[in-house]
Amino acid sequence: MIKIKNLTKKFGHLTAVEDVSFEVQPGEVLGFLGPNGAGKSTTMKMITGFLAPTAGSIEVCGFDVSEKPIEAKKRIGYLPEGAPSYGEMTPVQFLEFITQVRQLSGQNKIDRNKEVIQQLHLDKVLNQSIETLSKGFKRRVGLAQAILHDPDVLILDEPTDGLDPNQKFEVRELIKSIAPDKVIIISTHILSEVDAICSRAIIIADGKVLVDDTPEGLRSKSSCDKMDDIFREITSGHIS
Amino acid sequence: MRNIITIFKRELGSYFATPVAYVFIVIFLIMSGAMTFYLGNLYERGQADLSPFFQYHPWLYLFLVPAIGMRLWAEERKSGTIELLMTLPISVGQSVIGKFLAAWVSIGIALVLTFPIWITINYLGEPDNGVILAAYLGSFLMAGGFLAIGSCISAMTKNQVIAFIITVVICFLFLLAGSPLVLNFFKAWIPQNIVDAISSLSFLTHFVSLAKGVIDLRDVIYFVSLIGFWLYANTIIVEMKKAD
Repeated sequence: MIKIKNLTKKFGHLTAVEDVSFEVQPGEVLGFLGPNGAGKSTTMKMITGFLAPTAGSIEVCGFDVSEKPIEAKKRIGYLPEGAPSYGEMTPVQFLEFITQVRQLSGQNKIDRNKEVIQQLHLDKVLNQSIETLSKGFKRRVGLAQAILHDPDVLILDEPTDGLDPNQKFEVRELIKSIAPDKVIIISTHILSEVDAICSRAIIIADGKVLVDDTPEGLRSKSSCDKMDDIFREITSGHIS
Repeated sequence: MRNIITIFKRELGSYFATPVAYVFIVIFLIMSGAMTFYLGNLYERGQADLSPFFQYHPWLYLFLVPAIGMRLWAEERKSGTIELLMTLPISVGQSVIGKFLAAWVSIGIALVLTFPIWITINYLGEPDNGVILAAYLGSFLMAGGFLAIGSCISAMTKNQVIAFIITVVICFLFLLAGSPLVLNFFKAWIPQNIVDAISSLSFLTHFVSLAKGVIDLRDVIYFVSLIGFWLYANTIIVEMKKAD
């Protein structure tokens, strides 16, 4: 599970994340919503140990991310924004590299590789260099990397960005299928996704948490029924 | 250790998956050969040793090693893969060492592939092979020094061209630290003992004796601590600038 207490991040005078606190339990799929520049990615970067918080603490599976970064990182699977990966490698080589970093071995290594390749339909592009792949495939290679070691915690920054509708559907099904015993946080701009996979939604704007509720709860707070309208109402300040 | 090897293998693989390593090796072999025969007059000297070969290594490294080093971190930062690397359960120090070793080994491979010149000299005469081995070791150590500087500077910028140019300048200063060009500049306004200290940092002074086959522990320690210092600085800079 993830425990975040009074998390703050400042870049010079700019406060990207301000006093954010929340907890996520196994089995929950938390949707992270907010306008561009709201602090979603910054928060995710702090949870994964890429950025150091200015103040506050983050605990992942009982390990403080600042004090025991390696232990925390072992339990996290992370898809950074834009799904960066080493372009000159092929998906096979890239997954082999991740396999070694994650210290998978023996039968488990073979099974996990086979499973993620099948789950993300990478079999046709396995020996093609990643830089020559389409955006959708690059994203799926990034997802494969994140779930390869079957982590307890999954942090996915815009996992369905750049995928076509069919691929989006498949990735959502994948997230749903692995969700029951995991902590999952996804950020997204696509509000229908929140309805489709999230059990809880946090809306942040200007670095502050505005709403922390279930998708149904969000609906009941608003006069509208469409997620897009609810989002606009909340982030433009019509609901407190 | 295991993580260092993993990073090392990935990096080395990427050198040989792209033309980087091949271009480096071919250019290094052509240039070192040309310098040995045309500038060093290996044949005309009539001496069975490889000093005409080794004496140009510092100048060759001055441009070729920064070209290998510039991409080490600048590319990771530019492409965003640094975010992936830094969120894997690997420490920054392990990444720095693994990457450095991979680049160093590529240079080592280029150095080993100069062996025909060693065969040639053994065919022509009877050189002292112990001296040659020591000189190879010295050359490899010096390349490591250049490379550690390059790796550190590469972490400061996302732009590989800037990394290259700044590294060349710093390496040039280190190379010539013992020469009048640099020392006269400092002599006017700095106490003599500091000038001596600067002069003792010179790559050339330390390499010249190694190239003659004299393995003085002080020279070895010099290069090893130089590498250690720059890689340590490298680690701190990656830590500071990774998310910029």
